[in-house]
Order: sequence, then C-alpha cells, then structure tokens
Amino acid sequence: MKKGIVLLLIVLLVSSFAFAQGSKEAASSAKADAPMKVGVIYISPPGDMGYSYMHDQGTIAMEKHFGDKIQVIRMEGIPENESSERVMENLIDEGCKVIFANSYNYQQYMLNVAQRYPNVYFEHCSGYLANDNMSNYFGRMYQMRYLSGMIAAKMSPTGKLGYVGAYNTPEVVRGINAFALGARAINPKATVTVVWTNTWYDPSLERQGAIALLDQGADVIAQHQDTTEPAKAAIERGKYAIGYNADFRGMIGDDRVLVSPMWNWGNYMIPAVQSALDGTWKSQSYWGGLEDEMIHLSPISPLVPADFVKQVEAKQAEIHDGKWDVFWGALKDNTGAVRQNAGQKMSDEAMLTMDWFVEGVIGKVN
Amino acid sequence: MNLLDFITRLLAATLAMGTSLTYATLGEVYTEKTGILNLGMEGTMLMGALAGFATAFNTGNLLLALIMAMLVGALLSLIHAFLCITMRANQVVAGLAITMFGTGLANFLGQRLGPATNNFNLTGMNIANKFSNIAIPGLSDIPIIGALFDVSLLTYALYIILPFSWFFMYKTKYGMVVRAVGENPRTAAAMGISVTKIRYLYTLIGGMFAGLGGACLSLSFIPSWNEGMTGGKGWIVIALVIFSTWNPGRVIIGTLVFGGITSLQFSLQAAGLKMVIPSQFLGFSPYLITLVVLTAMTIINQKKKGSFASPSALGVSFAIDDK
Repeated sequence: MKKGIVLLLIVLLVSSFAFAQGSKEAASSAKADAPMKVGVIYISPPGDMGYSYMHDQGTIAMEKHFGDKIQVIRMEGIPENESSERVMENLIDEGCKVIFANSYNYQQYMLNVAQRYPNVYFEHCSGYLANDNMSNYFGRMYQMRYLSGMIAAKMSPTGKLGYVGAYNTPEVVRGINAFALGARAINPKATVTVVWTNTWYDPSLERQGAIALLDQGADVIAQHQDTTEPAKAAIERGKYAIGYNADFRGMIGDDRVLVSPMWNWGNYMIPAVQSALDGTWKSQSYWGGLEDEMIHLSPISPLVPADFVKQVEAKQAEIHDGKWDVFWGALKDNTGAVRQNAGQKMSDEAMLTMDWFVEGVIGKVN
Repeated sequence: MNLLDFITRLLAATLAMGTSLTYATLGEVYTEKTGILNLGMEGTMLMGALAGFATAFNTGNLLLALIMAMLVGALLSLIHAFLCITMRANQVVAGLAITMFGTGLANFLGQRLGPATNNFNLTGMNIANKFSNIAIPGLSDIPIIGALFDVSLLTYALYIILPFSWFFMYKTKYGMVVRAVGENPRTAAAMGISVTKIRYLYTLIGGMFAGLGGACLSLSFIPSWNEGMTGGKGWIVIALVIFSTWNPGRVIIGTLVFGGITSLQFSLQAAGLKMVIPSQFLGFSPYLITLVVLTAMTIINQKKKGSFASPSALGVSFAIDDK
C-alpha cells in the first residue's frame, strides 16, 4: 500500500520535471532584447482543429507580425474556473504585459485579476465584462452564417437542412437564425432542424447528432461545434456539409464541404498588442464584422455554381459596405409571432441576448 | 418517416455507438470478477483509440491496428495490476492515476505520431481503411432486426464473444476459478489456485478489451484521432458493469439501454418532435438510470440474498500470508 503510493509519487515527480522543462526554455531565452511578453489562454488544446486552433492561428499571425518584439506564452486547455486566475497570475509573474483568454466563462476570473493588476492589459474574447485595463472582443460570425445558409439552401435538393448545435447560448442561437434566414432567402421552403449536443467538444456526440439529422433526411449538415465530425458524418453519407471555425474542405479533402465560416482572430490581436507596445491601449467592447475582416468565408467549393457564388459575393459586399445586415427588417419567430417589423434594425443588445428561433427553424431553444 | 424506420435507424445508431462501450464493459467485468477494480478505463480506452488509429494511419493494416490497441490496453492495465496486486496499492487511487496518465499520454503522443507536415499531427488525419458496415443480403432488409445485420465486423464479432463470455464464466471450470478468486480469494488459494496469477491475467484481458473498445471508436465509429475522443465513456463503462450485475451475458442490455438513450435524444430532436423532455435531461439520464438500478439492486439483494451482488472481494487486495 505505502510502497504503491511512493511509486506513484515518483512517477508523478519524474513526469512533472519532463513537462516543466518546456516552460523553462521559454523563460530563459527572454532576456536577450527584452521583448514584451504576451500570455494566451485557450479553453481547449489547439489540436481541437476548431475553435482554439483558429485562435492559435491568430496567435501565430501575431508572432509573425511582431517578430522578436514580443514573446508569447501559451496556456492550453485551462478550465473555466478559479484555477484560471492562478494561471493568469502565473503569466503575470512570468512578466506578461498583455493577456488574452479565449472563452466566455473566463470573464469573471479575468476581471478579478484585472482589478488586482492595473498595469497589465487584459483581453477577453466573447464576453461582455470590461474594466479600465480589460477589453472584450468578438466577431459578427452571424454574417458568415447567413452566407453559408444561402449556399446550403442552393445545394440542397430537399431543402431539409440540419444543424448540430453545442449549447443554447445567444451566440449559437444567433448563428442558427442567421443560417436559416440565409437559407430561406434562397429557398423559402427550406427548414433548419436543430439538434443540441450540450457540449462544445465531444467527437462522438457531435457525430451522433449529425447522424440523427441525416437519418431524418437532412441533406446538408451545418454545425456550431469544435470538431470536424458532424461534417465528416455528412460526407460519408454522400451529403453536403458546412464547416465552421477553419476550412473543413481542406482538412477533410472533399468538395462536398461547401464552405466554412471562419475566424480571423489575428486581425484583432495584432492591433491590440500594437497599442500596448505604443502605450496607447484603451479599454473597449469590440464586436468586429466583415469590414474589419474578423470573420470571412473559406474558399467556396467548386461544386457550387459560379453564378451563384457571384450572388453570395454580392450579398457579402452589401454587408461589408454596411448597406444591409442579417437581422434587419420583418422577422417572425418559429411559433409565428412577429418579433420585428419591416424597416427595423435589430440592436446589438437584442442580438447578444437572442433566445428565440426565426421562422423555418425546427427545434426549441430550451 | 414511419415508426418502424425510426426504430430501425435508432437501433443502428445505438449499435454503432454501443460496440465500443460493450467491449470495454466486457473487459471491466472480467477484471472485476477477479476482485480487481480498474477505474483506469477512460485512459486505457483513449490509449487504445490512439494506438489503433496511429497504427492504421502509418501502416494501413487494420488487423495490426487492433492488435496494437489491445497490446497498449494490456500494457496500461499491467501497470494497474502491478500497483494493485504486487504492490497492493489502493485500487481506486491506482485506477484514477491510470486514467489521468493514459489521457495525458494519449493527447501528448497524438501530436507526435503522425506526419510532421501537419501542425497537429494525427488530429484531423484520415485513414485509408476503416471497419465499415457490412450488410448481410436479405437479413438486413427486415424491419428493426435488420439493423443487427448491417454493422461492422467489430460488432458482428460481439455476437460470438458475448454468448461465449457468458458460457465461459458460468459453465466452464475456468470461469468458476475466476469467480472463486473474486468471491473468496482465501478459499481459492487454499484450493491451490494462484490468486495473483489469475488476477494479473484477467486485469490484462480487461485492458485488452478496453483498448479494443477505444479502437472501435477510432477505427470504425469516428475514423479519426481527436484529443479526449472517448469523452467520458470510460466512466460510463464503470456504471455499465454495475448495470450488468457483473454478468457478461447482461452487458449487452446495459449498452443497448445507455446507447439507446443517447441516440434517442438526438433522434427525437432531429425528428422535430415537440419534446416534453428537455435535451439536457436526456443528456444526464444514463447516469440517473445507474443510480436507480443501483438502488433497485441493493433492495433486491437484501430480500433475495446475493443474487445481483458484486464479487465479494472486489477492491480488496490479497496475499497468501494475510491473516
């Protein structure tokens, strides 16, 4: 019994040395020309090939842009609880001047730390809390969801679209609504059936959700999930898929992935770090859209007719130029109740708290 | 879509997902039957999934992939066996350590066993061959039952392995030895059975099955490698062993019920049915059922002594010179 515990401790000790080595190397190379240190906290490992992967692409772009002017310390797979405060404090101990955190529930912990360390800049992705030294930032992904919905409806023979959703948060609901509005702009009879998995990241549950939709006759599968499994399930059945986060068509290597709405986090991270370097950093609540290239569409599959691609691009230009946006005009919810009259433009606040489905969505928010 | 179709597809989805659970649960039943509790299933399954996928990716040989998954599974449970049987460490602590070690190691190696051209190595890679569904002509067209005859080779193999396991455990001399070691190791030892040897052997067999269960995910159900792709299935396995009341013949009931509920929650949503039950409730219902079964079992056992009980020596270490 005792021997066993001693052995366990030895194993743990040895392995902790092995893992500690990496961070030491990073610290010792810092002194040369004193670059500014930037801490980056990810909810999942960038190996998820989805959400954190795209954040890491932004971090890589930032590293390339600044070269040896900055030094990045990455913290991967950090749980959204009190321990994230310790992680942030460790980063500050290491000398970080700017800290990014990429998931919603870090925000309260980040605010706590921000109040304790007024000389460090904090950047929180996807939340709403802010402080003199803490900003929040996100992107108008719904605009890309709308465009991908147009493409899905164009390519769907039956108009039955499926959507694998993670959690019923306003962000996901907004995306589903935008997707459905885009689809019904092309095919007024199109429907979007929603399956909730209640997880951001679980390859087998995500796949099962997609399979259930395919079993019910959906012929395009869209997703708000972190892995490529829903898309793969659709491709394996010879149906179409819409990716998310990264370019799934390239990853899966199949043209039946019609398009993927993508993030471009570097476009926010680079100016934010630049302002910190210049000493002009200001707290803000940033919700960037197409005009800032925070979001974009992956290259569209060659299976989509070229003249239709032009139609999508025209719509994209309208959004880009601010002539039109997704939640402008008359809107009904999926029980038939009028939610917005013609000529009205939905406020950011209404979008950020959206808890109802538009007409054509089959499913329940709760 | 008519109801028959709905049920047939539900069963097909359940079998596809349940195969992995069934192998791992069967493995844990074998291990627990000898009195060793292995909570390391989650880590063992994940290592099995990685070993299987990495082998299939690098060699394209599915048989070799299965063998590697079983070997790696056995290797991890060898550590568990050494800690629990030879060192007589606390089985719960050792099992938890195996899970943490296994999941960490699998995620670490998953970024190193593939082609260097890809940023994240094995994640997102495809394999040339996988265990696809094979339909038996005629049989697979029958409503409902047909789903049983349109599955992968890994599932077909279960149709033989499960009845055999029951027969082995309850109708053969070897099975009796296993049960004796788990029920009363002292008596078994007095009869000249090497308790240590039997416990080692069945802990390894359990690990092999767990590795195989993981490989079912990465070679058939989700033919790819994703970090943490077992998503807690190793813990459901521990519950399923209780559900099966340590009887290999009943393992399939548990996996069908559990797999079925998971599939049903998606099928109901996808069918657009106005659900009375919220999806979150269906999500945790497998665990709720475990609690109900556990309670029911305890009550039945009190009335009809011992019919559904766990192996008496489960979790207790044994040495011949103990008093």
